[in-house]
Amino acid sequence: MTVSAAVERESPARQAGRPVVEAHGLGLTFETGDGPVEALSGVDLTIGKGEFVSFIGPSGCGKTTFLRVVADLETPTAGTVRVNGRTPQEARRDRAYGYVFQAAGLLPWRRIEDNVALPLEIMGYPAAERRERIRRTLDLVNLTGFEKKYPWQLSGGMQQRASIARALAFDADLLLMDEPFGALDEIVRDHLNEQLLELWARTTKTICFVTHSIPEAVYLSTRIIVMSPRPGRVTDVIESTLPKERPLDIREAPEFLEIAHRVREGLRAGHSYE
Amino acid sequence: MTATTPIAAPGAGAGASGSMLRRLAEGRALPIVIVVAAIVAIWYAFTVYLNAPWQLGVYERSDTEWTAADLVRDTLAQERPVLPAPHQVLAEMWRTTVGVSPTSRRSLLYHTWITLSSTLLGFAIGTALGVLLAVGIVHNRAMDKSVMPWVIASQTIPILAIAPMIVVVLNAIGLTGLLPKALISTYLSFFPVVVGMVKGLRSPEVIQLDLMRTYNASTAQTFWKLRWPSAVPYLFTSMKVAVAISLVGAIVGELPTGAVAGLGARLLAGSYYGQTVQIWSALFMAAALAAVLVALVGLGHRMALARMGVRP
Repeated sequence: MTVSAAVERESPARQAGRPVVEAHGLGLTFETGDGPVEALSGVDLTIGKGEFVSFIGPSGCGKTTFLRVVADLETPTAGTVRVNGRTPQEARRDRAYGYVFQAAGLLPWRRIEDNVALPLEIMGYPAAERRERIRRTLDLVNLTGFEKKYPWQLSGGMQQRASIARALAFDADLLLMDEPFGALDEIVRDHLNEQLLELWARTTKTICFVTHSIPEAVYLSTRIIVMSPRPGRVTDVIESTLPKERPLDIREAPEFLEIAHRVREGLRAGHSYE
Repeated sequence: MTATTPIAAPGAGAGASGSMLRRLAEGRALPIVIVVAAIVAIWYAFTVYLNAPWQLGVYERSDTEWTAADLVRDTLAQERPVLPAPHQVLAEMWRTTVGVSPTSRRSLLYHTWITLSSTLLGFAIGTALGVLLAVGIVHNRAMDKSVMPWVIASQTIPILAIAPMIVVVLNAIGLTGLLPKALISTYLSFFPVVVGMVKGLRSPEVIQLDLMRTYNASTAQTFWKLRWPSAVPYLFTSMKVAVAISLVGAIVGELPTGAVAGLGARLLAGSYYGQTVQIWSALFMAAALAAVLVALVGLGHRMALARMGVRP
């Protein structure tokens, strides 16, 4: 497992992995009291295996909606979307993805280890394997030693890490993260960004990451999808030229600032600042 | 009067009982003591005032010379006073609980047990029924639309009017004894449980429900792993109300149905024969019983929350 992951990481095949998410002409219109709202319109997007793709844009640009469509939490009204070559519903039934919400949403009556065990219980993993997976995923998010704590005994950042462990526990290849660090302060956020990159490097997961923050998107991603509202659409796709190894201070490098500038230009072109 | 006493009492009783010793130790019991003393003082004043006319009549008929001290002493010791003095009620309670065998028909404990057994049976059935209805309402759209209005309508009918009907109908189909009376308690107690549990089972956050969906969890899994644990605090809160009104239901159920035993029968017999001391001691016993029942449910609530790891 670790050996093959290491090989894949070094090889260029990782950049051009088989498609995990494919969207063609994807549209979603909500009927509201004030008339129809186009949350998504004409989205064409292919996300390959092993990519780290960020979705950035102002509120209402459809980035969260796109993630929810992929997760089969919303049903598109136009176009098609495929996850691992299947419909989102089939993918959900296959438990093909782990979803991390904006809030940790841990169950307050369950200890941290039992929260991580929740999907494993639902999916019918035997007790011994549950224990092993809890140990491994909590180690992955640096929460070893907090197994017996209740959620309220943990800080917000630790709770969000526990919720990431919960999404990782059943080894889905696709991780959908909807502004997971949005509610945290910048210091904690920096730290978690670093850990998330490390985690991504150690696994072969594909990550779709929704964010409001330009530095966060540039720091984490191999590709940045810039989106714009009314109707929600993709206005720019920016390939990152940053190296795989990214210490936190890479954010002062000229290359980093160049990409951040391009993202900002992309947002401006989509009238996102108006 | 009968309806309000048991409900009003538990609030005061439950609040004071648990931490009374600690409060005494910290000297914080003083306000409570002062309030209780004031109530007792006012009660004694009213006892003298309300019983005086009859006592004055007695003095007049027997041509007795009397002083204020005589009047106070005699009004506090009448056999059938308009308002019995607190010590008379306590003495009656002592006499009918400790003084006689608990199996005797003259024992207040015997009557309390009769009412308690139908309260508990009715409460158990009512809670189970309430939970089942709430589960149906939350999971079934048709039930959500159709059952709730009937549940609310059921509570607008005066229980005093419907209690004899329940007993008569159930007798006609061969059900007698404890069950008909218990069903009157059920009729009252299922309501707060339905309302509380519908709210409780719907209390999980949207992202928690979405989360279960991403796991492709079945309805049963979502229920047992998310909805039910979320609803537990709501269940206990509703059960506190339900147990108190179960007791009201049991007492009210005894009034119009010709029951010969139970606190309600005791109240009724007392009012037939002008035994005000007996009425008041039955009332006090009902209030004490309600306080104990509510406190027990509260204890269960705290234990359940502690087991669920809720922040202390």
